[in-house]
Amino acid sequence: MNFLSIFVLIPLLMLFGLWVARNLNQVRGVMVAGSTSLLALAVYLTFIFIADRQTLSAEEFPMLYTASFDWFPALNIKYSVGVDGISVAMLLLSAIIVFTGTFASWQLKPLTKEYFLWFTLLSMGVFGFFISIDMFAMFMFYEIALIPMYLLIGVWGSGKKEYSAMKLTLMLMGGSAFLMCGIFGIYYGTGAATMNIIDIANHTNGAQPFAADSLQNLWFVFTFAGFGVLGAMFPFHTWSPDGHASAPTAVSMLHAGVLMKLGGYGCFRIAMYLMPEAANELGWIFLILTGISVVYGAFSACVQTDLKYINAYSSVSHCGLVLFAILMMNQVACTGAILQMLSHGLMTALFFALIGMIYGRTHTRDVRELSGLMRIMPFLAVCYVIAGLANLGLPGLSGFVAEMTIFVGSFSNEGTFYTTLTVIACTSIVITAVYILRLVGKILYGVCTNEHHLALTDATWDERFSVVCLILSVAGLGLAPWWVSDMIGTGVSPIITVIDSAKDFLYVPF
Amino acid sequence: MDYSQFLNMQAELSLLAVIVILFVADLFMCADGKNGRGVYNTCLPVVLLTAHTLLNLCPSCQGAGEAFGGMYQHTPMMSIVKSILAVGTIITFLMAHKWLSRPENLVKQGEFYLITLFTLLGMYFMISSGHFLMFFIGLETASIPMAATVAFDKHRYESAEASAKFILLALFSAALLLYGISLIYGSTGTLYFNDIAAAVSFFNSSTNPVMLLGLLLFITGMGFKISLVPFHLWTADTYEGAPTVVTGFLSVISKGSAAFVLFTVLIKVFGAQDLVYAWDQAFLWIIIASITIANLFAIRQKNLKRFMAFSAISQAGYLVLGIMDGTAQGMTSLVFYLLVYMVANLGAFAVLTVVEENTGGITMDSYNGLYKSNPKLAFLMTLCLFSLAGIPPFAGFFSKFFIFMAAFKAGWHWLVLIALINTVISLYYYLLIVKAMYIIPNDEPLPGFKVDCYSRTALFVCIAGVVFLGLCGVAYNYIDAFAYGLDNMVNGLAEPIKCCCPSSCH
Repeated sequence: MNFLSIFVLIPLLMLFGLWVARNLNQVRGVMVAGSTSLLALAVYLTFIFIADRQTLSAEEFPMLYTASFDWFPALNIKYSVGVDGISVAMLLLSAIIVFTGTFASWQLKPLTKEYFLWFTLLSMGVFGFFISIDMFAMFMFYEIALIPMYLLIGVWGSGKKEYSAMKLTLMLMGGSAFLMCGIFGIYYGTGAATMNIIDIANHTNGAQPFAADSLQNLWFVFTFAGFGVLGAMFPFHTWSPDGHASAPTAVSMLHAGVLMKLGGYGCFRIAMYLMPEAANELGWIFLILTGISVVYGAFSACVQTDLKYINAYSSVSHCGLVLFAILMMNQVACTGAILQMLSHGLMTALFFALIGMIYGRTHTRDVRELSGLMRIMPFLAVCYVIAGLANLGLPGLSGFVAEMTIFVGSFSNEGTFYTTLTVIACTSIVITAVYILRLVGKILYGVCTNEHHLALTDATWDERFSVVCLILSVAGLGLAPWWVSDMIGTGVSPIITVIDSAKDFLYVPF
Repeated sequence: MDYSQFLNMQAELSLLAVIVILFVADLFMCADGKNGRGVYNTCLPVVLLTAHTLLNLCPSCQGAGEAFGGMYQHTPMMSIVKSILAVGTIITFLMAHKWLSRPENLVKQGEFYLITLFTLLGMYFMISSGHFLMFFIGLETASIPMAATVAFDKHRYESAEASAKFILLALFSAALLLYGISLIYGSTGTLYFNDIAAAVSFFNSSTNPVMLLGLLLFITGMGFKISLVPFHLWTADTYEGAPTVVTGFLSVISKGSAAFVLFTVLIKVFGAQDLVYAWDQAFLWIIIASITIANLFAIRQKNLKRFMAFSAISQAGYLVLGIMDGTAQGMTSLVFYLLVYMVANLGAFAVLTVVEENTGGITMDSYNGLYKSNPKLAFLMTLCLFSLAGIPPFAGFFSKFFIFMAAFKAGWHWLVLIALINTVISLYYYLLIVKAMYIIPNDEPLPGFKVDCYSRTALFVCIAGVVFLGLCGVAYNYIDAFAYGLDNMVNGLAEPIKCCCPSSCH
């Protein structure tokens, strides 16, 4: 048994533990023990991965700790695991979010046990997705991660939760329907007769290029759009604001923090890596779409009045930036994209945690009804300012590192088309500053106009703990980005090599 | 006469033995409805049928055989399908316990088992037929007793009405089928499956209009049994009127056996290239219509039995996807789909039955807030519905994935895409029930109750299947070892190319 499978095994054990747990303390105990051991495992993995990566070059061994077990031999489907720099970073991110999410939902009231059951199932899907290198297993874990959202939002959510839950589930499942078609296309189109990503890549880069198949473009569109739905790509982003606004705190954290990264990761790992010719040929279409998400998301955030909607549209903008950078198809921009996934995951989780805590006290998320919170709940307010600054890219926090890398990488692409799009996307930084600073000024400073709010208390210990963990991660990534960006770089470079080798198909509209 | 050929029929013979034992037992146990008769009567058929299934599965490595000069044919794959059907019948019997313990049903308990088992016997012969007459006799043996079970609640008006609808349409479809068979006989001069295939290639009659019309009528007749659109009109009314247990049996066992037989007869009899093209075209439209129309109708249903009827029609559409091109992979995925669909659907019906028997609620509204009063039942129902919708890690995901994969491999890309989009619609209406149970607030949900141990066993078997059939690849791999299709048949004879026991393969 490969040790990567422990990432799936722990949530399985947690599910079992929750099933037999009989009271609230036991449920909490299982969750804390499980999420702590996941975090410890992820940190351990990061360290040994960095050490091992120095001895084993990324060109020869694109994936480390690989293992594979027969599952459906008749179709050559295996349960294969392996990690590279990108997946290690994502596993670390997921572990941090699950850990802090557990504490953020510490006081969640009705049906606590059931809530954590679905929450754990969701995290199992996420971890499984990142360790798998077999498309079948990846797709299975991907869907495992999607479906608990329905009940998590529908039962424990707020606002128009039934509508949002159904909309989110159907849109994401619609995306995965196309995705499944794309996976079949890759499986039968390449002729490799395997679902293993590395084997397919070796196969198509060797004797039999996939370019020979004229349907590759179609499968690329299906796959990229399928994952793009989860990555909140315009025009498939509409589930995201409603879903995030209705979800309970920890679910918003996990969803915006990790689940949306599944989309970007899948686009990069499956769509771009396995179909580089089509990526070069059709990338520009998606580049325009993601460019729209970046700017449109930021503008939409400016006019929202609900705190969660603001943050959800801001997520659309930042996740759009991830896909935008991936489609620039060079080493720096793609490294930036992965950094942005990490950074956005951490700071959005922080944001949603804080919004959840504020909402839990004031019972309103309407910006117009909130003001002067800095005096009432100073701890939460200061953290909110930090999250906001990270979001708008203040140097020293994670947002700056990621966005800087992305824009430097994007700008280095030649051609008016790329330059123009990059300049347009850059404007989102300014717009972000507008809505964040306005928000901070409105709800935190000034005089509190609502006398009911004066009696409110500041954060409790569990809330402080989860917020401080996230702030430390955000600051850590911002102050010392090199160790993680080097690691990500080793994961990005083999994929970029493959995409570069298919540059003959590069098509730039103008 | 060589009596050893009877050994090939051991599945049918052992089932016949079960029927005889039950018949005799019923004579001696027709007590007054007190002294524990119900317990004894549910245990006996279940135990006997379990023994029969085990016996049935064991020698499945023996390879193919035939009896009565080819009237009866046997392949290991057929044993597997028969065992699947037998397991489904066992689950149905377990589910039926509470319903049969009603005072008005107590005296006719024995009848229910016998009639159902005769249906099963008819399906066995239909599956193993090598001749159109044998096929037709099997089909009728399967469908006529079914009408009796549909009308089992004879004091209830709806039950009788459902039965009348069922029997009339079954007869109508049988007439069409017979006409098709006569046309096939007319164009080839034989009713033996193998001879028909040979005659088609000898006379080069695969583009003969009479033959094509025969094929079309055959598909129509089977379409009634599987309830594919546009032959589905009886389904909703019959499913609604029949006793819930019988509805479960109808929606899985009867449908599944017909789908498998459709597959084997198509590849055995209509395997010529032009004919394959013809039935592919027919099924292309039938599948699209079945899946789409049934899904759209299911959304509007308020009665859960009607709802399950439309869900079953759309599931039949997915099931028939495996038939496209008649490949071995298609057969594997069809049988696997059948198995998974059986456990998930019977699981859902088991919940419907216990809720109906204990509280009388059968509409979607009555399920509102079920989670509060019956958390475990609601949870099990959710798992079954997720499996039906194709959500991992439940078995339905795997069966859907494989059946789409088989159709995709055969080159039906657009068909697969349409079917995939339809799975999203189906997810919507399955989630409606989940929403009713978990989300919609209801101050007076159905009262909580204790589930009897027979239904518990049935639910346990179904849920174990839903959870483990997909995740453990064993079932799929085992079925795959015996699959055959147009791409690996030798001389028109269905011979499996692989074998699981090296000792019996020479």
